[in-house]
Amino acid sequence: MKSYVPNTEKERLEMLAEIGMSSMDDLFTDIPADLKLDRKLDLPDPMSESELRDLIRGFVYLNEEGGPLFRGAGAYRHYTPSVVPQLAMRSEFYTAYTPYQAEMSQGMLQSLFEYQTVICRLTGLDAANASVYDGATAAAESMLMLRDNKRKKKILYAESLNPDVITVMHTYAHCAGLELFKIPMTDKGTADIAAIEANMEGAAGYIGATPNYFGNIEPMDKIAEAVHAKGGLLVAYVNPITLGVLKRPADYGADIAIGDGQPLGLPLAFGGPYVGFMAATKKLMRNLPGRIAGETRDAEGNRVFVLTLQAREQHIRREMAASNICSNQMLCAIMASMYCCVMGPKGMREVGEQNVAKAHLLAKKLCEIEGVKLRFPETPFFNEFVIDVPCADDINKALMNYSITGGLVLPDGGMLWCATEMNSVDEFDFVCDIIQDTVDSMGGEE
Amino acid sequence: MRSEYKLIFERSHEGRRAYDLPKCDAPDAMNEIPECFRAESELALPELGEVDLVRHFTNLSRRNFGVDNGFYPLGSCTMKYNPKINEELAPMFDDVHPLLEPEMAQGCLALMADMEHMLCEICGMDAFTLQPAAGAHGELTGLMHIRAYHEHRGDFERKVMIVPDAAHGTNPASAAMAGFKVKEIKSAPDGGVDLDALRAAVGPDTAGLMLTNPSTLGLFERNIKEIAKIVHEAGGLLYYDGANLNAIMGIVRPGDMGFDVMHINLHKTFSTPHGGGGPGSGPVGVKSHLIPFMPVPRIEQKDDMLVLNYDKPDSIGKIKSFYGNFGVIAKAYCYIRSLGGEGLKEASENAVLNANYVMNKLRGIYDIPHDRTCMHECVVTPTEEMMKNEIHTSDIAKALIDRGYHPPTIYFPLIVHEAMMIEPTETESRETLDEFVEAMRGIAEQVKTDAAAIHAAPVTTPVGRPDEVTAARKPIVKYEEE
Repeated sequence: MKSYVPNTEKERLEMLAEIGMSSMDDLFTDIPADLKLDRKLDLPDPMSESELRDLIRGFVYLNEEGGPLFRGAGAYRHYTPSVVPQLAMRSEFYTAYTPYQAEMSQGMLQSLFEYQTVICRLTGLDAANASVYDGATAAAESMLMLRDNKRKKKILYAESLNPDVITVMHTYAHCAGLELFKIPMTDKGTADIAAIEANMEGAAGYIGATPNYFGNIEPMDKIAEAVHAKGGLLVAYVNPITLGVLKRPADYGADIAIGDGQPLGLPLAFGGPYVGFMAATKKLMRNLPGRIAGETRDAEGNRVFVLTLQAREQHIRREMAASNICSNQMLCAIMASMYCCVMGPKGMREVGEQNVAKAHLLAKKLCEIEGVKLRFPETPFFNEFVIDVPCADDINKALMNYSITGGLVLPDGGMLWCATEMNSVDEFDFVCDIIQDTVDSMGGEE
Repeated sequence: MRSEYKLIFERSHEGRRAYDLPKCDAPDAMNEIPECFRAESELALPELGEVDLVRHFTNLSRRNFGVDNGFYPLGSCTMKYNPKINEELAPMFDDVHPLLEPEMAQGCLALMADMEHMLCEICGMDAFTLQPAAGAHGELTGLMHIRAYHEHRGDFERKVMIVPDAAHGTNPASAAMAGFKVKEIKSAPDGGVDLDALRAAVGPDTAGLMLTNPSTLGLFERNIKEIAKIVHEAGGLLYYDGANLNAIMGIVRPGDMGFDVMHINLHKTFSTPHGGGGPGSGPVGVKSHLIPFMPVPRIEQKDDMLVLNYDKPDSIGKIKSFYGNFGVIAKAYCYIRSLGGEGLKEASENAVLNANYVMNKLRGIYDIPHDRTCMHECVVTPTEEMMKNEIHTSDIAKALIDRGYHPPTIYFPLIVHEAMMIEPTETESRETLDEFVEAMRGIAEQVKTDAAAIHAAPVTTPVGRPDEVTAARKPIVKYEEE
């Protein structure tokens, strides 16, 4: 049996004797006897390392994945340079905690300062925090920033946001007493700007995504105009891997940029851990939640990094804090930062171009199949798009027989497809053949 | 010794590259995107060769201190050893997309369902959700259950969450975010909940009480049964902050103490690495009367398959995308399966033994404001004589850094003036504890002979004490080229 306790039985008894006790039970006399557990915990027997490895392999075999993947919808398969996980496995990073003691935590603090700089450069904004849990909670936290900054409880949001993001926003909004107002999507698959103009009065701001959940690139400059005309703030929810080729939030006047950093070198890992990023204009910097690393000097004048602007935080302000967030996703944040530094300006552009190229070729090939149509043919997209097909569930079942994960089936029967630099043209042709067969056989049955 | 370290942006040389993408076998399609949506410039990111990038981060890591570097008795954070095998096994799930059809993700779902059951047994609760991403996130989620419970009964008057003044800062912050008014109650002289203050505080507006047990002083709340009775009789619910669960596994369970809802920090008690400040994981456990309010989706057995059920009309909703920090959950799962029930109990017993061993040896060198058998951590303070020499807790912390230790948590709990909260954890050997105590003794001696040297500490680190006031007054939060 293993509990990672180094002290031997003999040493433990000696230590007990030194504090005047004879058994472990003596340590727990403050606990009322009738509350104590009078039996052993009913858990499986302990395991050796090799037994544990077999057990986990068993779970892995129960999953049926590993083939080509055409699904995104908030979690994306991209190439991860091997240096990213290798460097994140430096145990000086991953076995540390929040860098409260700056002198012995410069590695993490400087890495966070670099991460914040990377996020500022991706978004074009002035300040970023050291991360929140994920994109959805970043959206929820951004509602609280809007409320605190504008002292208003009404917040507009786009129907075209990821449904998980919308659900999380509603969960938080109920508790914060916020009034969330939905801006519908037009038949072009982007936000109804007239509805923003008509409902902005009295609202603190608007939260919308580009590309949105359906893959469509939104006219953010026009949205920004509509939001700002009534004194509101614009929150742009962006996929960071698009920012090498698409306009950055500051370019169209976003006041806050948020999103999920998972596409930047983080594994899919069945939904987490990912990393939520948040950036804002200088004016909104003190409304940001959570940790922020800052630069200062020591007595000798050396550049030093510290956690700063802590007066916003729970350990100082308690119930008056901007947020309750304490632990966030720092290791994931520095992985995203490492990814961007590996890619550099050219790599970020190239990966963006590759995604655009692959997704457009896939869309073209799919639409050559009779009965398959792009739902929003006039609207530009990045690496995801919606098609209408006669038989979405059957298509995915047929693909599953070849260990291929097709596009996500939407509640209305449409399919949300995603292609990244990880998909090949050979895969596209194979997938299209299977879909063609499926559509044909459907026709035969009718 | 002192040295600045270049930022990665200061190491950039135009044209260098470390990236390597697959060849693109599809024709360029950028012209499909109208120019008005396209970026006007390249991103201002650094350009480095791979070896320079690797050295940059490797050497940055050497300017950091983790559990693998040395003793890290940061109170309330449970900085125990993070087993290597778990780091090796969890990435086996890295390629699983969260939105696969359930039949393709049975392994992940089975692991999560199994984890929920094991946490129920360890804590004496009826159901667990693994969705919250950290301890504070778990607190918020748990408090949302309490709010939903009262609202569901049509009782909208219960707006007050009672929080002892010894509580973690996240407690009142989470209560405020859940929409409660926070009523703080003073602790009794022994550091526990003041029963009279609690009786005076409860009423028809009481939604609940948040409690850490063992308390932030590292002491078991002996009156827990009476506390539960007072809160329940007033119609409130009892919230358990699981930050200190490492003291009691297999010995006593929050569910048996009368708690209705709780969170666990998997990154503390269940050995997953703290990641320099996350990712963590903060599962929430509830008693049966709160099950209808749990976040969706719930993992359920349907015929011979595990499925995700979103159809829960009374649920608080979702508090995070997908299902939680799965990668962290998988590591904690490995830990529990490695140890088994007896191993968990052994861990708790030794955590408590180590804390008492350290406290006993520090007695007479430092003051111990609440001197009785402690649980997994103890709180000590500088002596009056040290304070007369202008040596404060922060000075002792900096002096410990020079002696190769991560300092304890300092200035917390707030109810103890100049607190140092020491949590050794069970994974430290006797000689590590002895050496730490000798270092603490050495500092106490040096106060008498050379207080100035302690004020100058740390001197062995790459940088000296930072000017935090200027950092906050004139914030520089990103790099800008000159």
